[in-house]
Amino acid sequence: MHDDENQATPGEPSPLLRKVLARLGQQVLEHRAWRGDDRIHVDRRQIVEVCLALRDDPELCFDLLVDVTAVDYMGQPDGFRRPVEIWDRNRAMVRRGPLSRHQVAMPERGPLPRFAVVYHLLSTRFFHRLRLKCRVPEDDPTLPTVTTVWPGANWLERETYDLYGIRFQGHPDLRRIYLDESFVGHPLRKDYGKRDEQPVQPLHGPAANEPRRPH
Amino acid sequence: MPVGELHARPMRINFGPSHPATHGTVRIVLDLDGEKILNADVQVGYLHRGFEKECESGHYYQNIPYTDRLNYSSAMLNNVGYCLAVEKLFGIKTPPRCEFIRVIAGEIARITDHMLCVGAMGLELAAMTPFLYLLEGRELALDLLDALCGARITTNYIRVGGVWADLPEGFAPFCRERLDRIAGLVDDAHRMLTDNPIFRQRLEGTGYLPAEELIAYGVTGPLLRAGGVALDLRRVQPYLVYGELDFDVPVGEHSDNYDRYLVRLEEIRQSRRMVLQCLERIPDGPVNADDPRIRWPRKGKVFNRMEELIDQFKLVTEGDLAPAGEVYAAVEGANGEVGFYIVSDGSGRPYKCRCRAPSFSNMQPLARMITGRMLADIVPTFDLINMIGGECDR
Repeated sequence: MHDDENQATPGEPSPLLRKVLARLGQQVLEHRAWRGDDRIHVDRRQIVEVCLALRDDPELCFDLLVDVTAVDYMGQPDGFRRPVEIWDRNRAMVRRGPLSRHQVAMPERGPLPRFAVVYHLLSTRFFHRLRLKCRVPEDDPTLPTVTTVWPGANWLERETYDLYGIRFQGHPDLRRIYLDESFVGHPLRKDYGKRDEQPVQPLHGPAANEPRRPH
Repeated sequence: MPVGELHARPMRINFGPSHPATHGTVRIVLDLDGEKILNADVQVGYLHRGFEKECESGHYYQNIPYTDRLNYSSAMLNNVGYCLAVEKLFGIKTPPRCEFIRVIAGEIARITDHMLCVGAMGLELAAMTPFLYLLEGRELALDLLDALCGARITTNYIRVGGVWADLPEGFAPFCRERLDRIAGLVDDAHRMLTDNPIFRQRLEGTGYLPAEELIAYGVTGPLLRAGGVALDLRRVQPYLVYGELDFDVPVGEHSDNYDRYLVRLEEIRQSRRMVLQCLERIPDGPVNADDPRIRWPRKGKVFNRMEELIDQFKLVTEGDLAPAGEVYAAVEGANGEVGFYIVSDGSGRPYKCRCRAPSFSNMQPLARMITGRMLADIVPTFDLINMIGGECDR
């Protein structure tokens, strides 16, 4: 199996990645083009200036924020590069990681932070796409908000906060969006069991007619 | 809280979560000054079922039925989007006949979705007759989906690397006959609604938001095209065989509810055009990709031969082993860009399967569209956003 993303030869950056690299320079920590998708990694402290540059550059013009989400790489300190086994708390599933063919020499680097926040961008002028990733550590799951760049990031970041517990600093209204405020934990984290149950919260009484928090 | 012109205390009311004038489970907490909306807080999440969590414990092929339940008024388009993402991850090229069948199925699903959206909006604006006409047309289109896969709503028809089965015998004449009747019903609804003065007064100028702001909110689909931005993935990033088809992308200019209605009505006609072209041009050949990683052996061979038995056993127990990596693939759904972001760790199950739902992004500017307007404007604005709870809340 030679077409794994981590093992395929990086090759020449795509024309779009070349433009992005020329614009952002040292701010891009890593870049890769695989299966026609272009992806760059940036430092989470620089996310706002990177997004502003990507949005306002006349040759890039990423004016539409398609999606914000996160990935939980729990127990995968160096990506998917060695066999791993994860059991969830209820033994509901066994996840077998890549087999020994993945044990190839990779450039050594320290353990990666647990979370990655992923932004998908689209340009409505040139119709090209870019995926932006920021690693976020488990002990400090915070990141500056990009609602100042795209107001549409508001709900998407609320969803990421709700399901992954990543806090977006400077967000105007960071409350849960799907789950109730009384919900404990963040269900899309890998250590939240699929069959974990929580007590149903009553929605009666005078509080039911009020927003969950003053807006 | 701003004080209104009547110098009365603003009233707080709940619009939803279950309101007779909306189709979709959403709660809008409104602060009203008379009938004017001072403040709106849109709360979604009443239909959250944990789609992404569920996908992480299913094999790639086992997750296709879950995608039916995202946008359940055009399930085919979700099937197509998910399968294209998985195929992109595997690096599979599907045969041409399969791509034509997918376009046919997807465009029929788009017709049903738009007809339901326009018809239900008419109903909620007290126009009962066009609703009946459009729902009759929707039933005719659902019969076509029924002929394809045996199900009307939750189709589960598209497979990774192909489709469940080839077109049934005599599908082309049946489809043409049904599409002609649908076109007649759409024209009837158009004659009843488009120039109706009451209908126009409810729609013209309401729900206005300029195109720049729609883009900033991440809005896609008919909502954005009604604002004059011709962003249609079938045209600008052609997938399947859309690049070979001859169709128009309708755009509006006023970015209000009336243009959104016109764009949806025109898209029904364009979808019909595409299906007719596909029926003309569809080539013969296999409908499934012949790739050993995802191909299911025939049942007769599984019972009688060892290799196929092992093959089947491996597919059932381990799933189709994907290369490790991550992909994002998007299709033009009925309400906008339906995207799937799949992260694979090399096993038979997605490590993460994220659905980018157009309803979710399109619902976000609703508060901006209705604030400062009248209470009655919520109904057409909300209906033409066409928020589908299953997709918005996942």
